[in-house]
Amino acid sequence: MRRGAVLACALALSGCEGVQNALGGQGAESANFIWLFTLFMAVCTVMYVIIGTGLAVAVWRRRRQALVVDDRRHHETSGKVGPALALWTILIVVGLTALTIASFFTDRSNAAVARDPRIKLTVTANQWWWDVKYTTADASKTVHTANEIHLPVGEAAEVTLKSNDVIHSFWIPNLAGKQDLIPGRTTDAQLLPRKTGLYRGQCAEFCGVDHALMALDITVESKADFQRWYASQLQPAAAPASPEQRTGFAYFTSRECAGCHNISGTPASGQVAPDLSHFASRRSIAAGTLPMNDANLHKWIGDPQGVKPGSHMPTIAMSDADSRALTAYLGSLR
Amino acid sequence: MSSHFQNSLIALAMVAALSGCEREKRQDPHYPIPKTVPTISPDTIFPGNGKLPPLDPRAAAFERNAAAIAEGQRLYNWMNCAGCHFHGGGGMGVALMDGKWRYGGRIDQIAASIMEGRPNGMPSWKNKLTDKQVWQLAAYVRSLSGQVPKDAVGARADELSNTPPQTQTKREPTPSADSAQQ
Repeated sequence: MRRGAVLACALALSGCEGVQNALGGQGAESANFIWLFTLFMAVCTVMYVIIGTGLAVAVWRRRRQALVVDDRRHHETSGKVGPALALWTILIVVGLTALTIASFFTDRSNAAVARDPRIKLTVTANQWWWDVKYTTADASKTVHTANEIHLPVGEAAEVTLKSNDVIHSFWIPNLAGKQDLIPGRTTDAQLLPRKTGLYRGQCAEFCGVDHALMALDITVESKADFQRWYASQLQPAAAPASPEQRTGFAYFTSRECAGCHNISGTPASGQVAPDLSHFASRRSIAAGTLPMNDANLHKWIGDPQGVKPGSHMPTIAMSDADSRALTAYLGSLR
Repeated sequence: MSSHFQNSLIALAMVAALSGCEREKRQDPHYPIPKTVPTISPDTIFPGNGKLPPLDPRAAAFERNAAAIAEGQRLYNWMNCAGCHFHGGGGMGVALMDGKWRYGGRIDQIAASIMEGRPNGMPSWKNKLTDKQVWQLAAYVRSLSGQVPKDAVGARADELSNTPPQTQTKREPTPSADSAQQ
């Protein structure tokens, strides 16, 4: 019995850990909502207990005497019912007003999260990956990446949301969300991360066969780390160094890959698939489908349809030597 | 039911099932296509009594293959063919869903047009797309004018469309290149 209770507690708590957790509260908006959620929970719990107790008493209490339609004694209790009803009404009015006021101010507070955003980025959803562009007034400082967002801790970011095909939803449970991305429209979200860490975003609107495999890696880091990352992303892609990498480079730029993918500083300039200029610096492959490492990369290149069935990356027939060379080249794009 | 009749029914069903193989055939990932494939001949105009050469043997792998046509449709949208040709109706570029082909409407002729480019704005996609992708695109373009059997084309377009699905597209004749009245 006691062991079962411990197990149940452990299971319940396991939901509170981790990179994708709506009760994490590492972002301003998420923290506001957790506060509101706690308040609603407390008020509703109190009301639940009062009503539950009242019902239980009514069920178990023994009736004092048989029911008589008109015994001319109802005036004895009517003096108690009146004030009890008034008290009950006051309780409900006060409770609901408190909840309304609390949600109003939470909403105002969330709207003000990024009144003066330092960072502006555009996230465009595609089936089934995220295109991420950091926009600045100076076009030469624009960073283009995919399936990952880096944010400096304590700085507000304004995210412009677009979609290229169907309706998706932008959700980073630990920080904020959700907000829909609608084709032909522009929506927005505000992020204000308060704690450094690695989080996971997830498409929250069913968008097709690979909806579950459409994740987003979020890195919240110190301002210095963020500046370092940003500077490295502004660099053109690393040139192939070893002979094997050069073979991979030649394959990439002369075959199907270059028609869809972009690698800055090379002839590969496709615009319909994730930008791979600094591919190997990311945490995952194919929008959070596989952790980034050479073995997974080789597996993904060789058989995208086996790893992420339905994905728009076609399986390209290639020799084992070619796929190893490609893995070596893509693995060098830090 | 006699066993003879039963056997012939089974044989008939097996033949019918086999006919679906061509439609669904995928390129085997274990047999990579070579890096250099012979380029498509740009000579697709045969004036006077010129005769068309026999159909390119590679055409068979793409012409009525559902996977190739579907991939071609993706490429059509991704490579912004719709920017000029729209979804077949034509605009800045020529219409692709009618029976008029300035440079020939056979799949190898369409592939040559994509590969080499054509005067008045059609760019060459050589070195931008691989030969295989050009063939896939040609297979899709060909399907726009109803040249492809209904069992191979998609029943629903990838894009928003106000035209009937390809399974209901009218079959347009494909006159030879030199008889086109344009």
